[in-house]
This record gives sequence, structure tokens and C-alpha cells, in this order.
Amino acid sequence: MTVGLEHCLVVSVILFSLGIFIVMTRRNGIRILMGVELILNSANLNLIAFNRFLPNSDAVGSVFAVFVIILAAAEAAVALAIVLSIYQQFSTVQLDEINSMKH
Amino acid sequence: MDALLHNLIFYILALIVIGSAAITAFARNLVHAAFSLLFTFFGLACLYIYLAADFVGLSQVIVYVGGILILLLFGVMFTGNVTGVGVKQVLHKRWGALALVLFLFVLLITVLGTPWPAMENPADKELSSTVSPIGILLLTDYLLPFEIASLLLLIALIGAVVIAQSEPKVEGAPPEAEDTTPETSG
Repeated sequence: MTVGLEHCLVVSVILFSLGIFIVMTRRNGIRILMGVELILNSANLNLIAFNRFLPNSDAVGSVFAVFVIILAAAEAAVALAIVLSIYQQFSTVQLDEINSMKH
Repeated sequence: MDALLHNLIFYILALIVIGSAAITAFARNLVHAAFSLLFTFFGLACLYIYLAADFVGLSQVIVYVGGILILLLFGVMFTGNVTGVGVKQVLHKRWGALALVLFLFVLLITVLGTPWPAMENPADKELSSTVSPIGILLLTDYLLPFEIASLLLLIALIGAVVIAQSEPKVEGAPPEAEDTTPETSG
């Protein structure tokens, strides 16, 4: 059985579920960022797979994947800055211990 | 033989991606998680190139591995307690596992049950480099999103610098005020 669209989508589904699991259960802020990156990458894999296996000729899926990568870069920069700022204020990045807006 | 090799490459890459993503999800040590995320990103880049998206694969390597992963590692190193010893790592473990299984099954049923309008024989599609189509699309059909994305990147980077810079705790005249005054007047 040759590798088709469904195979890529299954890989993407597994990545997405693992990302959701990380975001839901982990306490560490940086680990949660890793989960968000996994989710974004699974969306990217979907876009690329549809672009490869659907009968169109241009590279629209790749363009959207590039936009997702741009957004991921911006998100990572801002989120890391927020995490470092939280660490300066609270001396921890365990997100359930951060429960006051003014410290 | 050729098709067998193609399948084998895909399955190896999928195994690398899913296995290292699972290590990212379940490892105690944050540095282990970050380094297995490196393998996930590399495997995904190879998978993109396997799926004939060469530009996205290379930007994946440059942006994710060269930028985002380094940022994450900086964050890991700066915020201490890398090994996770003595710290409760997970919260709502049971609900998280339930959500994992639920998402997995619902999405798998949806994906496998939907009749996608895919090509009968994907090998027939003529593949070429996607760099010049992406460039043409970015500067014609997607020019406005492209400009907005560049503006967004600028705003996000400036915002990240502003958020991350440590403010002086002592109130009073900030010492950098006299540095900026001759700059604005001159």
C-alpha cells in the first residue's frame, strides 16, 4: 500500500493529540510552549500533505505553511519573553502557582 | 522496489517524528524534552521535503531548529530546575489522558472516514521546486498577508524586547533619560 494522504493525516493527528496532552497536563510554561509548537507543526503537515496529494498545480499549501511558520516564530518570541518576565516576578514558571496579577 | 523504498522512508520519518514527540510529551527532564523536540522538527522537515515542499522544509530547519528551539533552550536554562526532580510535573493527568485518547479517536475516525478528493495515483503529479511558485504567490495573490506578516513580526519582536527587559525596581529618575535627551535634540 503506497503512502497517501491518509498516512500523513494520521501522523498529523497523533502530533496534534500529543500537543493537546502537553498543553492540558504540564505545569511548566516552557513545556506548554513545546506543546503549542507541536500543534502548529501538525497543522503545517496537514497543509503540506493536502498540497501534495490533491490535484492542484500551484503551491498554495506551502504559502500557508510559510505563514504558519512566521506566526510560530512571533508567538515563540513573545511567549518566551512573557515566561522570562513571569520568572523575574514570581521566581517560578509553574503556571498553576501564578495566581495573582499584581505581585 | 522503488515504491517500497518510498514507503520505508515515510514510515521511518513518521516513526522518528511521533517517537520524539512522545518523548517531548512524557519526559521528566526539560532538556531531554527540548532535545527530542529537535528530532521532531528535523523529522518534520524531512517529511516536508518528502512531500515535495522543499522551501517549507528548509525554512522549518532555519526557523524552528535555528530559532525557536534555541529560544526554548534559553528559556529552559534561565528558569532553572531543569531535571524536574521533586517537582510535581503534571496536573489533571487523568483528564489529559482522556482528552488525548478522545482527540485521537475522534480525529482518526474523521480522517479515515472522509472521502478525500485525492488523486488516484499521486506519483503522476509532476513535482518541481516550490521556491519560485511561492515567491510569485507571495508577491501577487498573497501580497497583503505577506506585508501584514512582516509588520506582525516587527511588532512581535519589539514587544518581546520590551516585555523581557528587566525594569529597575527603584522609583525615581531613570538613568537612561539623560542618554536619550541629546539624541532627540540632535
